[in-house]
Amino acid sequence: MSVAFDEMTLPDGSVRPAYSGLKEWLGSLPPDILDLRRREAEVIFRRTGITFAVYGEADAAERLIPFDVLPRIISKMEWETLRRGLEQRVRTINAYIKDIYGRRDILRAGIVPEDLIFQNPVFRPEMNGQKVPHDIYVHVAGIDVVRVDADTFYVLEDNARTPSGVSYMLENREIMMRLFPELFSRHRVAPVEHYADELLATLKSVAPLTSSADPVVVLLSPGIYNSAYYEHSFLADKLGIELVEGRDLLIKGEVVYMRTTEGLKRVDVIYRRIDDDFLDPLAFRPDSALGVPGLMAAYQAGNVTLSNAVGTGIADDKAVYSYMPEITKFYLGEEPILKNVPTWRCREPEHLKYVLDHLDELVVKEVHGSGGYGMPIGPRADKATIATFRAKVKSNPRNFIAQPTLALSTCPTCVDEGIAPRHVDLRPFVLTGSDKIRIVPGGLTRVALQKGSLVVNSSQGGGTKDTWVLDT
Amino acid sequence: MHIRISHETRYIYDTPPKGVIQTLRLTPRNHDGQYVTHWRIGVSADCRLDRQEDAFGNISHAFTADGPFDELVVTVEGDVETRDTGGLVRDAIERFPPALFLRETPLTTADEAIRTLAQAARAQAPDNDLKVLHALLNSLNETMTFDNNPTQTSTTAAESFALKRGVCQDLTHIFVAAARSINIPARYIGGYYQRNDLIDQDAGHAWAEAYVPDLGWVAFDPTHGVCPTESHIRVAAALDYLGAAPVRGTRYGGGGEALGVTIRIEQAAMQSQN
Repeated sequence: MSVAFDEMTLPDGSVRPAYSGLKEWLGSLPPDILDLRRREAEVIFRRTGITFAVYGEADAAERLIPFDVLPRIISKMEWETLRRGLEQRVRTINAYIKDIYGRRDILRAGIVPEDLIFQNPVFRPEMNGQKVPHDIYVHVAGIDVVRVDADTFYVLEDNARTPSGVSYMLENREIMMRLFPELFSRHRVAPVEHYADELLATLKSVAPLTSSADPVVVLLSPGIYNSAYYEHSFLADKLGIELVEGRDLLIKGEVVYMRTTEGLKRVDVIYRRIDDDFLDPLAFRPDSALGVPGLMAAYQAGNVTLSNAVGTGIADDKAVYSYMPEITKFYLGEEPILKNVPTWRCREPEHLKYVLDHLDELVVKEVHGSGGYGMPIGPRADKATIATFRAKVKSNPRNFIAQPTLALSTCPTCVDEGIAPRHVDLRPFVLTGSDKIRIVPGGLTRVALQKGSLVVNSSQGGGTKDTWVLDT
Repeated sequence: MHIRISHETRYIYDTPPKGVIQTLRLTPRNHDGQYVTHWRIGVSADCRLDRQEDAFGNISHAFTADGPFDELVVTVEGDVETRDTGGLVRDAIERFPPALFLRETPLTTADEAIRTLAQAARAQAPDNDLKVLHALLNSLNETMTFDNNPTQTSTTAAESFALKRGVCQDLTHIFVAAARSINIPARYIGGYYQRNDLIDQDAGHAWAEAYVPDLGWVAFDPTHGVCPTESHIRVAAALDYLGAAPVRGTRYGGGGEALGVTIRIEQAAMQSQN
């Protein structure tokens, strides 16, 4: 694997312009001050209670995601390209989902294979022919982007269902401003604090046409046992909307109401952080106690907006991902601004052969998996792991894709031995309303804290950083 | 044949509920083999029935009723004119291409045993899907024993097939799972079955449809080991029971619910006098 691109320091030792202020500041710091600030940050995070439950760890129900005090810095020009690419990506996703549940032109054109849609568990037959308010399906998208050199950003994964992590973006900024006011005074950093206003404006803009001028928006959470519950309560608080669970809502005559101390109150938009399967026991899993019985009928009647729409998983499925460049051209007639990682689809015999012959240099992913589980990084996996995966891939090829191991860019990060480069990715949040697309500059930067590690997932020891987009 | 149906679903509550919400799939539509001459649905409680067409083209009615009430009765009454089409289902409402019906669901996931059953049927006529489906129909009819004790509405195809016992819903799930496992699109049909020996019944009926190139959708009734005739009234089509269930609902509050279903299906006089 080639040497990773470092976002601060070039191979000749010179510092890239966006980082010159940071570099200078680091040079002026008294010793140990960063370590002190690091510990302060941890105390603050513990006090605010921002935690993350890690699945599969019985002894650690909740823990802090490590926070790195050095910001990741993106220049204005770099952001401009990213922003245009993200907008294009999300416009594509919305056009595609509308078509999949509508005319299915893209299937007829043979661009996406029919079985990949119809036999995909995340495809929702119930959405077929269903109108959604303003024809927008994905109001909140989290597009995972990685960088490999000075000019190239790849989309690693689209998250079009219930992307999380935005609370970290906001908390990270808040804590950085508290810890390092002098560093902010040396830079013009684009603000992110208005994310909550932007989200609320987006959600209100997609209310059903029949709703009142000031639509009622609620956040529907599965409850305190969900790993992202902290974020749900955090966002509801920032947005100034009610945080509800399924039992707080009820349906009467295909209209959604919330139980309040003053009686029933009509609900127009539900920012739901519950998976499709659990939304409505009368339409989906009959054993779901988290959802609202009759919600789908109200939705189908056009009386409520679900955000995101039901069935949007058909856009962020890893097998569908590999078709995104063609999908972009099909709907927009444009070349994709952000590249896709080259992807081998094991469902295709020639691709499968290549993958099996090159397992030791590829990243193999389960099509429906997420969060980095069961995802060996080829060059770092031992022989036994590779052999196990070979058998798994062979037994059910259509369940896997494979990608080359990317040399993700690195950023300076505070670790035990001092400041050292660590690999990062970026999840910007793209908001699509009926009026416009809104993107708060930056997003959530995740960093792999282990030396050499490419796994940034918080469930596997990744941390986060504040992400700065410079205004000049 | 002219068939008259009256179907009553009665819930009796020990403690009256505060409210009830239900989705009904109880309204048949026309196709080549059946013509609905008259149909009405009623609910004992004071409520509005909201009619929709679901994603598969079935007619559904949703209602919410405010309690308290000691009992709730949903009644369906209607007349359907049927004719024997040799199992062919033409001019039914289709909202998806056949390929959708290769989709597995939790209730219709084929396990090793079901796949083996399907492959044995396939081996009998490798190039003729219709013969394969008939072989599947016969072997299911022979190996399965009709028994309404061991299974419930949540029983999967694999569970029922392991028991070799089940009701029409279970047999249909197994048939559908087996057909899909050998790449034949298949779907679940909920409806009624008119019998000459039994006018008053306590349950609806279920059977399968499978897609055969050049013929289209063909119906198979694994419970009776036949292709449906003029005695079958088709009400709802879906991927499995959950999508075609006559009633899906829940109640708020209350308790001690007893459910009674009475279905009267009779061949009506050739001409009604009114």
